[in-house]
Amino acid sequence: MDFKPLLLWSDILLWAMVAGCIALAVYCRRQDYLRRAWRRVGESGVAMASATILAAFISVGLLDSLHFQPRLPAQEGSSEVQYAPEVLSVLDALVADLRLNKEKTYSAPLATHAFAKETMERDGVQTRDYPRLKWGGAHLEDVAGRDSDLARRAAGGAFYGLLLWAVVVGVAVGWMALARGAPYGATCRTVWRPDTAATRPIAWRAVFVTLAVLCVIGGVTAAWSAGYHVFGTDKVGQDVLYLSLKSVRTALLIGTLTTLVTLPLAVALGLIAGFRGGWWDDAIQYLYTVLNSIPGVLLIAAMVLMMQVIIDTHPEWFETAAERADARLLALCFILGLTSWTGLCRLLRAETLKLRELDYVQAARAFGVGDARIMARHILPNLMHIVLIALVMDFSGLVLSEAVLSYIGIGVDSSMNSFGTMINAARLELSREPVVWWSLAAAFVLMLALVLAANLFADAVRDAFDPRFQWRARRILKKVAA
Amino acid sequence: MIAYIIRRLLYAIPILIGVNLITFLLFFVVNSPDDIARMQLGAKRVTPEAIEKWKAERGYDKPLVWNAAASGVAKATDTILFDKSIRMFALDFGRADDGRDIALEIRSRMGPSLAIAIPTFILGLFVTVSFALLLVFFRNTALDVGGVVLCVAAMSISGLFYIIGGQYLVSKVWNLVPISGYSGGLDAGKFLILPVLISVVGGIGASARWYRTLFLEEINKDYVRTARAKGLSELRVLFRHVLKNAMIPILTGVVVVIPLLFMGSLLLESFFGIPGLGSYTIDAIGSQDFAVVRSMVFIGSVLYIVGLLLTDISYTLVDPRVRLN
Repeated sequence: MDFKPLLLWSDILLWAMVAGCIALAVYCRRQDYLRRAWRRVGESGVAMASATILAAFISVGLLDSLHFQPRLPAQEGSSEVQYAPEVLSVLDALVADLRLNKEKTYSAPLATHAFAKETMERDGVQTRDYPRLKWGGAHLEDVAGRDSDLARRAAGGAFYGLLLWAVVVGVAVGWMALARGAPYGATCRTVWRPDTAATRPIAWRAVFVTLAVLCVIGGVTAAWSAGYHVFGTDKVGQDVLYLSLKSVRTALLIGTLTTLVTLPLAVALGLIAGFRGGWWDDAIQYLYTVLNSIPGVLLIAAMVLMMQVIIDTHPEWFETAAERADARLLALCFILGLTSWTGLCRLLRAETLKLRELDYVQAARAFGVGDARIMARHILPNLMHIVLIALVMDFSGLVLSEAVLSYIGIGVDSSMNSFGTMINAARLELSREPVVWWSLAAAFVLMLALVLAANLFADAVRDAFDPRFQWRARRILKKVAA
Repeated sequence: MIAYIIRRLLYAIPILIGVNLITFLLFFVVNSPDDIARMQLGAKRVTPEAIEKWKAERGYDKPLVWNAAASGVAKATDTILFDKSIRMFALDFGRADDGRDIALEIRSRMGPSLAIAIPTFILGLFVTVSFALLLVFFRNTALDVGGVVLCVAAMSISGLFYIIGGQYLVSKVWNLVPISGYSGGLDAGKFLILPVLISVVGGIGASARWYRTLFLEEINKDYVRTARAKGLSELRVLFRHVLKNAMIPILTGVVVVIPLLFMGSLLLESFFGIPGLGSYTIDAIGSQDFAVVRSMVFIGSVLYIVGLLLTDISYTLVDPRVRLN
C-alpha cells in the first residue's frame, strides 16, 4: 500500500458525529412533528442558501478529516516498508500543488514577483530587484501576459464550474421528477418558480443559485491556483488559500465537538434538577451558579493553562506532532464544553419544572412508571427542540471564540492551522510598508462566510422550532459575560 | 430592602467558597507545584534543588491542605490551601510569580481600565438603544430590514477584525490618533477615543438586534395602542412607553456587567497597550503567572455576584411591581 490510514481521535469523534446526525435525520423523518418543523426551515430561502454554504464548508472539513501517512520511497537494499512521520489528509492530497509549492516569503495574491527585493546577479551585474516566484506565474514567458492568462483561466474555471453545476442540478431535478412522477420540464419550472399560492414548497431555487455561485467561485479559484497563489503566501511562503482551507476543519471541530461535552452534562443535570427537585436541585443549581460566576474567559484561561502544564510534562504520550496538536484541540473542546453547559442546563431545568406538572406526566406516575423511564420517554422528547436550537445557536459563537482564544494564546496548538493562528500571525504585518493584508483578508472572508451562514441558519431553525422562545437574551448574556 | 441585601450577601459566601475551591483544585491539585515549577524553569534537566528553591521563594513548598509538621492552629494555616486560597477572602492576593504585589498592581491598573470601560459602556448603551429605537420607528420598511441585515452581518465578524481594521484605518492610514499607548490626565483622551469607538461599533450588531425584538414585543401591546389612541406622537410613545417597559430585560443583561467593568477588556487593552487589568491578565496568561490568573478569577467572581445583586436592586427602581423580599 502506498499509504497507511491513521485515525486521529478528533477524526473518530467527527465521523461519529456525522453518523449521529444521519441517525437523527432518519429519526426526524419518521416523527411527523419534527418533519414539519424541518420543512419550515426548508421553506426559507435564506436558510437553504446558508445551509448550502455550510455544507460546502463541512465537506472541506470532512475531506480534511481522513488522515493517512504516505509511504516513504523504499531505501536501497531494504525491503522494509516505512511510512512518513508526517500526517496528511485527503484534502492535503487533493491540493498537493498548493501545499508543496512554497515560496521563500510573502507574495501578494496572484503575484508573479516576490514581495521583497533581493540581491541577484543578472548578466554579471549585481542588482536588487523583485525576484520571480518559484510557482506563482512561473509558467508565464512574459509577465505582461499575466492578466490575459488570468482571464483565460477564469473563463475556463467558470465554464467547468457551471458544467459541474449543470450536471448536479440536472441529476437532482431528474430525481425530483421521478419522485413526484411529473415530467422533467414541468419539474424544472416548479423548482424555478414554485406555485407559492397553493403550496409551501422547499426553497430549492435558493439552493441551486447558491450552488451556482459556489461552483463558479470554486472553478475560478481552482483554475487560478493551478498556476498562482490565489490568496498570496505568508511569511514562510506557504499558500494562504491552503492555510485557510485547513483552518476550516479546526473551526468546525471546535464548533461541533464542544457539544459532545455540553450536551450530556446539560441534559442529564438539567433533567435531574428539574424532575427530582429537592436536594438534587440544590446541588446542581449550586454547581452551575459557581461555574457561571467565574468570568468565562478567565475560567477557560485557567483550565487551558493547566492543560498546557499536563501536556508539557508528559511528552511521552504523543508519538507525532499531529497527535499532540490533536490532543490539545480535543482538550480545548472539552474545556469549552465544561464552561458552557450552564446556560443550557438552566433552560432545561426550568422547562422540566413546567413539564413535570403536566397531566400526562402525572398520569404516567399514577401508572407506576419509574422516574428514569418518565424522564426518558415523556420529558426528554419535549426538551429536544430547546437542545437542538441551543446547538445550532452556539456553533457560530464557538467559531468566533476560537479566534479570540488563539489570539490570547490559550487556543489551539500553534502548529495547528486555524483562523485564530492565521490572524495572530498576520496582524503584526499590517505595520509593514507596503501592507501585507492578504492573510487577514482571507481569514476575514472565510470566517464571515462561515459564521454568517451559521447565524442565518440558526435563526431559521429557531424560528421553525420555537418562535416564542427568547433565545436572543441568552446569547447576549453569554456574549456580555465573555 | 436592607434585609434582602444582607441575605443576598450571605448567599454569596457559599458560591465564593465554591469558586475558591475550584481554583484551588485547578491550580494546585490538577498539577502539583513540582510540575509547575519544572515547566516554569523551562528545561527538562532541572535539578531538584532548583525546583525546591523556586517553590520556597513563592511559598509553594508547604503541604497542600494539612501541615502535620506544624503545631496548633498552624497545622491548618501553614498550608498552600490557607496561604494561597483562603487568604483571598480577605482580598490578600500575595505576590505574583515575578515577586510583585498583586493587590498593589490591581489598584494602580484599575484607573486605566475604568477610563476605557466606563465611556464604552455608557456610549455603547446609548448608541445601541437609539439604533434599536430607530429601527423600530421605521419598522416594516426597507430601512428596518436593511438595519437587521446589517446587524446580523456585524455580529458575524470577529471582534479581532474590528480592532485590527479600526487601528489600521484610523491610526495608520488616516493618522488621526496614536496607534497605541497610554498616559494619565487629560492627555489620555487621544489614546482612549479609538478603543472606545471600536468597542461601541463592534457591540452594536448583537445588542441592537436583541433590543429591537424586545421593543417590537412591547409595541403590539394594548397600552401602546391606548397611548396612540390618546393622540400621543409616535416618538413620545416610543420613549415614554415602549422604552420604559422594555427596560427590565435590557437591565438584566446590562447591570450585571457594570462591576465587571473593573476587569477591563482583554482584547482592547492588549491591542492598544493600555496598562489596565485586562492587559495585566493577558500578560499573566502569556507568562503563565498562575498567581495572577488565580486572583483575577476570584475578583471576577466577586464582581459578578455584586452585579447580580445590583440587577435585582435595579428591578425595583424601574418596575414598581417588583418587591424584594
